[in-house]
Amino acid sequence: MKVKSKSNDKGMSLIVKTITRILVGLILIYGIYIILYGHISPGGGFAGGFIVALSYILFMLAFGKEEILKRIPQKMISIFESLGAIMFLVIALLGFTGGYFFSNWLPKGVPFKFLSAGTIPISNIALALLEVSLGLFGIFLVLVLLKFAPKKISQTDGEGE
Amino acid sequence: MMTYFLCLVLFCVGLYAIVRKRNIIKIIIGIVICEYAVNLFLVLFAYKINGRSPLYSPDQEITTMADPLPQALALTSIVIGLATTALLVGMAIRLYEKYGTFDITKINHLKG
Amino acid sequence: MKLIPLFVILPLAAAFLISLLGKQKRFFCDIASASITFILFVISLATIFNINSQILPMIYKVGGWLPPMGLPLVVDNLTAFMLLIVNFIAFIVSLYSINYMEKFTAKLKFYTLFLLMLGGMNGVLISGDIFNLYVFFELASIASYALVAYGNKAEELEAAFKYMAMGAVGSLFILLGIAFLYSNASTLNMADLSQVLSAQGTNKAVTFVGILFILGFGIKTAIVPFHAWLADAYPAAPAPISAMLAGVVTKSLGIYSIVRIFFNIFGVNPSFLNLLMFLGALSIIVGGLLALGQTDTKRMFAYSSISQVGYIILGLGIGTPLGILGALFHLFNHSMFKSLLFLNSGAIEYATGTRNLEKLGGLREKMPVTANTSLIASMAVSGIPPFNGFFSKLLIIFACIKSNHIGYGIWAIVGSVLTISYFMKFQKNAFFGPLPKELKDAKEVPFLMQASMIILSIVCLLGGMVMLPKISNYFTEPAKTVLVQGKDYSNLIFKVLNEK
Repeated sequence: MKVKSKSNDKGMSLIVKTITRILVGLILIYGIYIILYGHISPGGGFAGGFIVALSYILFMLAFGKEEILKRIPQKMISIFESLGAIMFLVIALLGFTGGYFFSNWLPKGVPFKFLSAGTIPISNIALALLEVSLGLFGIFLVLVLLKFAPKKISQTDGEGE
Repeated sequence: MMTYFLCLVLFCVGLYAIVRKRNIIKIIIGIVICEYAVNLFLVLFAYKINGRSPLYSPDQEITTMADPLPQALALTSIVIGLATTALLVGMAIRLYEKYGTFDITKINHLKG
Repeated sequence: MKLIPLFVILPLAAAFLISLLGKQKRFFCDIASASITFILFVISLATIFNINSQILPMIYKVGGWLPPMGLPLVVDNLTAFMLLIVNFIAFIVSLYSINYMEKFTAKLKFYTLFLLMLGGMNGVLISGDIFNLYVFFELASIASYALVAYGNKAEELEAAFKYMAMGAVGSLFILLGIAFLYSNASTLNMADLSQVLSAQGTNKAVTFVGILFILGFGIKTAIVPFHAWLADAYPAAPAPISAMLAGVVTKSLGIYSIVRIFFNIFGVNPSFLNLLMFLGALSIIVGGLLALGQTDTKRMFAYSSISQVGYIILGLGIGTPLGILGALFHLFNHSMFKSLLFLNSGAIEYATGTRNLEKLGGLREKMPVTANTSLIASMAVSGIPPFNGFFSKLLIIFACIKSNHIGYGIWAIVGSVLTISYFMKFQKNAFFGPLPKELKDAKEVPFLMQASMIILSIVCLLGGMVMLPKISNYFTEPAKTVLVQGKDYSNLIFKVLNEK
């Protein structure tokens, strides 16, 4: 973080920025791959969400917090985090149609096929893309912004998995 | 057996840091070390001799599989640890803002 | 039966909805939290009637998975008893905080964290799987750490850090204990665990796990060697949260978990009971002596809370049916009067801006409702006859004497005398004597705060009625039976499962 370019640009040097520009997309896609294939291969919601969050953080470290806040405003983070939690809960509640809370009410499909395992891929997406990635990024952002905004309370919600 | 013992030693290292160190950041690091020792212990006792990673595959039957449940427990405890650590670090930054120090012997507005 | 998962769903859904929608309308979060907690209270009442009409525990298979595999939710009489207390206090507290929390800026976050904490506590009570219990335990704990630091002043952060560092170490001990237990028994379901452990016979690993659990849950219960965080954390939190922490958090996270794990899973043995009795008696005396010297009202109540929790632990440690009945009855009573006392101290702070007893005085004329309700609470906690505290303390002391632990009985009586003395000090300094000049403008608190205090004081006044057989057969007696029958718990659960 301390390495700054000699020009007045925010963030790190040109080399870092160029490489980051290429890498961020790849990391994001890899994270999304881990999430989408979470039900048939190692990985899943939490690991994939973590990788997605790391891509945001890398972008932020290279380009400075103003750039990322332009793309993902702080308000949006808290809204989408709550939405993710509610979406997960709604999927669990829809399980009542299958008889029980959290029951897997969608057709299970053939094992080892992409479209299988019922509700698990959907809840992976809700958990990863919204809850874990944005939650983790939000924590990082809040810790970075903390000393500049003394009135905000640092708050994390214990993710109940 | 040795690995389990070392795991316990790691836990005690963390406890030592929590009890003995005066710097808040070092205390937080102590808590994190303890947590990792417990996670390591969870993954360690899931292992069987000649165990493989607990994954089904379409073509072959796997009989020697490590116990997958403790690994899931470790993942959950990592998530919980993330939330705890984030809150602790946030609180440490706030404490630094109010007291101007990380030394717990100087953070003593409360008595008793 | 179908309603059991609602205890977790409703608070969590409300928490996230409030953080999503609460910004638009000013009163949305007040109404949402009050109505959700009221619905939960009604459901818990329905549960306690439902469970009494059928003798066996209710099991909810989450996701349709059968218990040794899945994560079942189990409601038996003890759980129903605890759920009623927790949700009742939560309802009262959320009524109270509508007015009280006006002076803080971020009311939204308060309600979000409050409901997360409530969801976590309900989850601890209804989960039938030991790791699930741990996850909900952590959810409630993390929300409570954030709530203690809520005011964001220097002292509050310091108290919260202290609480959090101790709490985090405690939860790591619990996790380590669960890991040992799983490596030993290869199951995490409570009923299954109980059967596997009794098939194994006496086991050194279980003793070690027991020590880890006493350390971990003891920190949350704040029994005496682990009480250091409590006296800082209670005064630092906002008054409604102090009421929640003192009234229900220590009980649902601490005492309930201890009794569930030790009485129903491990099975009690005399050395464990002796340890509980000793810790309880120590807590009574140390908490009482420390409370005598305090000038901050909330700090005094915090130490008093340690002392009263000591009675509950002592009663449980006696282990006879009478002792357990007394302990559960005292648990109910303590939730009521200690929450009321913290709400009173919040009202005093709201009206006068101080909690220091030396600066207060003569508030009886200015704040009649607060004065009278706190008088009722003080009399109840010190065990003056018509109020509820008297009966439960009497039961515990009787149980001590009947089981030939006369020494502990004398300690309990000494603790009761200590309680009277420091509550007399509180009453005299806060409500009687001359009114200081600075407090001339003190006014009675808004209506909703008064209403919540009045409801609790009525419960304190009539709480002794729980002793009547007609009520106690529905309320405390069945909960006692769960603990007395000990390891039969697992047989009952498997009986329910096999019937289906």
